Amino acid sequence: MRNFSQTRDETLPVDVPRKLRNWRVDDFSLLVGTALAAVATTWVIYTALTPATGKTGFFLISYITFLLLYVMTCTLELGKQNAFDNMWTVLTWSAALLLLAPLTTILLYVIIKGYAGLNLDFFTKDLSATGTLDSGGGASAAIVGTLQQVFIAVLISVPLGLLTAIYLNEVKGRFRRPVRMFVDAMSGIPSIVAGLFIYAVWIIALGNVFSGLAAALALSILMLPTITRTAEEVLRLVPDGMREGALALGATRWQTTYRVVMPTAASGLITAIVLGVARAVGETAPLIMTSFGSTAMNANPLSGAQDSLPLFVYRLIANPFAAQQQRAWTGALVLVIVVLVLFTIARILGARASGKRR
Amino acid sequence: MDIGEVRSFDRIDDPEQDQPRVLKRSLSKEDRVYEAAAVAGGLSTLVILAFIGFFLFARSSLVFSEVGWGFFTSLSWRPDASPPEFGIVAILYWTVIIAIVALAIAMPLSVLTALFLVEYSPRSLRGPLRALVDLLAAIPSLIYGLWGLFFLQPHLVGIAKWLSDHASFVPIFRVNEPTFTGSAFIVSVVLALMILPIVTSIVREVLEQTPPGEKEAALALGSTRSGMVRSVMLPFARGGIIGGSMLGLGRALGETIAVAIILSPSLVISPRILETGTNSIASLIALKFGEADELSLSALMAAGLTLFILTLTVNFIASFVVARSRSGAGVDA
Repeated sequence: MRNFSQTRDETLPVDVPRKLRNWRVDDFSLLVGTALAAVATTWVIYTALTPATGKTGFFLISYITFLLLYVMTCTLELGKQNAFDNMWTVLTWSAALLLLAPLTTILLYVIIKGYAGLNLDFFTKDLSATGTLDSGGGASAAIVGTLQQVFIAVLISVPLGLLTAIYLNEVKGRFRRPVRMFVDAMSGIPSIVAGLFIYAVWIIALGNVFSGLAAALALSILMLPTITRTAEEVLRLVPDGMREGALALGATRWQTTYRVVMPTAASGLITAIVLGVARAVGETAPLIMTSFGSTAMNANPLSGAQDSLPLFVYRLIANPFAAQQQRAWTGALVLVIVVLVLFTIARILGARASGKRR
Repeated sequence: MDIGEVRSFDRIDDPEQDQPRVLKRSLSKEDRVYEAAAVAGGLSTLVILAFIGFFLFARSSLVFSEVGWGFFTSLSWRPDASPPEFGIVAILYWTVIIAIVALAIAMPLSVLTALFLVEYSPRSLRGPLRALVDLLAAIPSLIYGLWGLFFLQPHLVGIAKWLSDHASFVPIFRVNEPTFTGSAFIVSVVLALMILPIVTSIVREVLEQTPPGEKEAALALGSTRSGMVRSVMLPFARGGIIGGSMLGLGRALGETIAVAIILSPSLVISPRILETGTNSIASLIALKFGEADELSLSALMAAGLTLFILTLTVNFIASFVVARSRSGAGVDA
């Protein structure tokens, strides 16, 4: 960092705190100036030399030109070391800004494409009576399916995930290290492999048919590591003094965990569950081979092919007709909204969980 | 009291008495049930993983008895030829290539973003930006696929065309046919975005543990901020960067739906990543499952087993590397 050449104004009262900055107006004008110069240069290159590579190409070339110009001017003005330092600052800032681009475009694109099909019918009707060219009909079968499958998956994976987290952090059993490693490895299992596994066991080996339950089994394999990891981290935040206090007062280990540790970590544990649900809601690949998908309503998750929102979108987007594609985009929009809502809930609860203890 | 006096009860003359008492841990019945349940829960992960490996292996035995080692040496995957051909080499090749290209794009971005989060950003931006990175991880694969196919691809085709026109002296940028949709490059860019959050969060975690003393020492010796980052923070985080990247690689290898939506399948091994035609094991399974008979289903199971072993190995090595760098091994601070 540079010392700035601002001289103290003698007329100011002494006890007014001076504003501390480590940049000057020169720095700012250097940045903006070179940026403008870069865009202008690229404009010339683009129109004169290599036309027609689109807006993205224009942006990329201007950015590279900008970086070159900026480093060159900085070297002239401030010397080599400072120029290099400034280049790193600009690089990290642009990496962070670049992250905004995919997120905003994904959200905007899905909203723009899906908004037109969003009406009450979408939530109340299914597609059993709707032809591929007709408008109308909706995703009720898919929504019911998704709700049921995720609910069953929660019933399976939450107790298992919490027990594993308790094993890792409360019981501290002998196999703690391998279990933690395997949970990590499990979180990297491709979702399609989980689907294949359930298909091999539940449908081929045990002779069941496609069903929402099979889908829920596959989803719970995918949720399990997410829930376990987050829950374990939350349990670790509970101060040891609370456990020791409970045990010293004569509580059994189970009472300590159930009445002291878990209530203390409650909001964090719910965050863990919500994050697991958010992961499961949008999974598509394992459902292809477990619940298969269907156009008609099937409210019985125990038997028969069942639709779900991701499958609904995946199936209809491949359809060449506009009405079907519109439904797919609306389905995608609903899916994104659900994930956003779950994510916000998890953030709020998570903030509360960590805020209480500081 | 005389300090030099030795009180008699401090002295144990009988060596028999100088034995540590045996400490026993006796649990109530309730606690025994509780611990047993927790152990069962903890071990369930191991059991599930073992089952996955076992059942995929059992189901793939049919194709192994049919084509034998040809599965790992042959290039063509044609279930409808007679006799049917199942070779995973080309598909495995593309799976690895798109994952590596995705990593090559994601890694510099992740490291820079993590540096920004830890060192460069104003304090007020850190929370929101961290939430933003987490949100990128929460968006479903399917949505990435749709966005990649309909929104991103038209933009990227322009870049691919420009690269193939002006940078074709690099072998990987050469193309034979001027078609650019559904290429390894486009798939990789989407994959890069999908693995960015996990790599960023791991690198960030490790960077945050850089000993402040070392950072301050570098600055006090007159280093610029970038000098401090390069000479203190990045060397410190090397393990995290390598491990995080490998975790990202594992994710990229197994990503299914986004890849399946975007790619155009190809069985030709070529270094031309900009050209139409690529493949991945996961998307092969997703795309071919619906039309599979018994033999090709078994082949898909074998493909799934290959993918399972591949991702498991990569993830194990990665979590080992990350765990080591987290514990601060090799740091004398």
